[in-house]
Amino acid sequence: MTMTTAGIVFLLSLVAALVAVHKPFGDYLYRVVSGTRQSRVERVVYRLVGVNPAAEQTWAVYARSVLAFSAVSILFLYGFQRLQNHLWLSLGFDPVVPHGAWNTAVSFVTNTNWQWYSGESTMGHLVQMAGLAVQNFVSASVGIAVAVALVRGFARSRAGELGNFWVDLTRITLRILLPIAVFGALALMIGGVVQNLSGGTDVTTLTGGSQTITGGPVASQEVIKQLGTNGGGYYNTNSAHPFENPTTWTNWLEIFLILVIPFSLPRVFGRMVGQHRQGYAIAAVMAILALASVTLTNVFELAGHGTVPQAVAAAMEGKDVRFGVSDSATFAAATTLTSTGAVNSFHDSYTALGGMMPMINMMLGEVAPGGVGSGLYGLLILAVVTVFVAGLMVGRTPEYLGKKIGSREIKLASLYFLITPALVLIGTAAAFATGNNSTALNVGPHGLSEVLYAFTSASNNNGSAFAGITVNTPWWNTALGLCMLLGRFLPIIFVLALAGSLARQKPAPASEGTLPTHRPLFVGMVVGVTVILVALTFLPALALGPLAEGL
Amino acid sequence: MRLPTWLAQHLAALRALLVFTVLLGLAYPLAMVAVGRIPGLDGKADGSLVSVAGRNVGSSLIGQSFTDGDGNPVPRYFQSRPSAAGYDPTATAASNLGPESVVDTIASTPDDSKQSLLTQVCARSRAIGEFDGVDGRRPYCTTDGVGAVLAVFRTDGLTGRITRVVSVNQVAPATPFLGSYQGVPVELAQPGHDYVAEGGVVTPIRGDAPAEPAVPADAVTASASGLDPHISPAYAEIQVARVARERDADPAAVRRLVSAHTTGRALGFMGEPAVNVLELNLALDREFPTR
Repeated sequence: MTMTTAGIVFLLSLVAALVAVHKPFGDYLYRVVSGTRQSRVERVVYRLVGVNPAAEQTWAVYARSVLAFSAVSILFLYGFQRLQNHLWLSLGFDPVVPHGAWNTAVSFVTNTNWQWYSGESTMGHLVQMAGLAVQNFVSASVGIAVAVALVRGFARSRAGELGNFWVDLTRITLRILLPIAVFGALALMIGGVVQNLSGGTDVTTLTGGSQTITGGPVASQEVIKQLGTNGGGYYNTNSAHPFENPTTWTNWLEIFLILVIPFSLPRVFGRMVGQHRQGYAIAAVMAILALASVTLTNVFELAGHGTVPQAVAAAMEGKDVRFGVSDSATFAAATTLTSTGAVNSFHDSYTALGGMMPMINMMLGEVAPGGVGSGLYGLLILAVVTVFVAGLMVGRTPEYLGKKIGSREIKLASLYFLITPALVLIGTAAAFATGNNSTALNVGPHGLSEVLYAFTSASNNNGSAFAGITVNTPWWNTALGLCMLLGRFLPIIFVLALAGSLARQKPAPASEGTLPTHRPLFVGMVVGVTVILVALTFLPALALGPLAEGL
Repeated sequence: MRLPTWLAQHLAALRALLVFTVLLGLAYPLAMVAVGRIPGLDGKADGSLVSVAGRNVGSSLIGQSFTDGDGNPVPRYFQSRPSAAGYDPTATAASNLGPESVVDTIASTPDDSKQSLLTQVCARSRAIGEFDGVDGRRPYCTTDGVGAVLAVFRTDGLTGRITRVVSVNQVAPATPFLGSYQGVPVELAQPGHDYVAEGGVVTPIRGDAPAEPAVPADAVTASASGLDPHISPAYAEIQVARVARERDADPAAVRRLVSAHTTGRALGFMGEPAVNVLELNLALDREFPTR
């Protein structure tokens, strides 16, 4: 089998697995988020938290609960890092510097998992497992909860409430994420991922050198980092590190874990609004964009254009042998099409166009299929925008699933869409205006790409990097922290506000003038709107960076 | 006393966070650590350590350098890939250099000089070619092992008559890899100059090296993890003759050991075939010990 054929089969096997799983798993997710029966553990949790699980919340209360939980989490994580030297299992590391602790706290609470630090030399085991990894679970649950709240907005009629955040958070965490994490961690351990509390084992190598074999509860964190589309590596080299991703099949499993929840959520959407075909339409948009992107990334990387890849005769810089070029490219696409940001190869050393693809994936708003929850709500926003644009073109009243897209709705959807491009472009400009771009490792167009990638990644809550750039400075840590914070919570507020205003409406019955939103025509229009919006927004910046370098 | 709503909400948030921290941050990972104590799984959970005569010599998942105290490759061992981390698991890293990193920074003081990725690739290829007795030439590389890159100066910047050509990665006493470029003689670079900033157009020269060089791709590039435990079967193959000679062994027997330590693609399609270097070298020490 040639390298290319193996890469194609690898991709097809992932597609087949997702197609097979999304229905039963989506149905299970649906039962979790719409069920009302409580388990004993959940009742204990509700009592400890002090909430009444039967009480539902308006959109404003729901949003305040999300924000309160996230604010407390950020403060907690910040303090945890600042005090780590006083705690158990700190491995002798110093407290994390204030601007770094701020950045990391925001990073993990916003599901970004951008990392300015090397895990193996900065964070003790306790901070990793009881601080960072906890956010890997709950920030993922927050995303799914917000998406579910938006779908309830579509599904409900003349309702003031969107559900209860604390109930959603608890059920999603305990019934979906935790059980899969347990089995996934076990599978990864069988593959060779470490799971211990060792501070490191000193060995003398065959030729008499010394090496410290690092330890840590890695398997338990690795699995949720992928499943929750978080992406923060236990070690600096993330999922390229053999202790995070030791074999070719753990690589397959990790990509599958990244994609399984985002690709199953459209099924949940379809079931909640009572029309499976609406869910399929959304899944089709995700699939078209994702397949195009994965294919292009593979084509660019396997073609290996550029001076150094031509000299090497393959784009192997920054890639490990066991994964090879193709499976590395597929991982890179999966991690940036979602909000994961884990890497098994280093995007900075990709061919110019191959490295542009992860950037474009994030610029698409991470909707194909996107982060857990955030992908679904991002795409539903784009569907709302599409309905509106289509309505303008043919003079039909814009409505989606029977809900009128009036001026309030379209304002909220537009604000949602505008936030991340604004953060990316203003941030990149600010870095150059203040001279902070000088910390980029590479020069010329590639230096611009490093800065642009950093702001794209932070504002879209991805967390991957063109990692040559040094971001461990007060300016970078503060600026990227702000981008992550605003890029996460402003959209969430707009989504929940939109959900609230949709829930209040009584659905209008479909008429002659209604645009069917389950047909291929609509799927094509959403794809078109997504691509055009992104192209209009980012083409100038891309032209100065990766396009200038690669063409 | 009734708390204001906003305070009650934040207290609920704090309580929820604490509950989840205990459950997901302590109970779950520690339970998985306990699972990792199960016999059969414990070796892997502890890092797949390998030992010789009861002494740990490394991990079968973590690559290491097979070099002597001065950093020179030890000829009786198969060599690992280049590593941006020096195979130090406490400071893992990739190079992060881009595909057009082709111009070296040559400062007056060697400490401030920095090799471009292209020159690193060329230098490695040349060194491995000499070490293993194969053709070390590559496209875009000079025969003295740096990137074959010119800065071309024209009268109007990008257009016009060529006024001056500098081989940016070569300094005295080297000989320019090209006598002249479009009729203009090629100069050597002077330390301390930035020919790109001075207006030269970067022009890599392909040369006549074969498109598929004898030294394989993984041998001249740094890995992602900085700890890559593997090399490609092709890189192992060019090392067989040297290792066999050093150990007075039959090359066919060494080749058999290489294939015994080569993992194919999982299920026939996942990843790429790879040779575990540490395990291979340990097997060599067992089967063909050197005096």
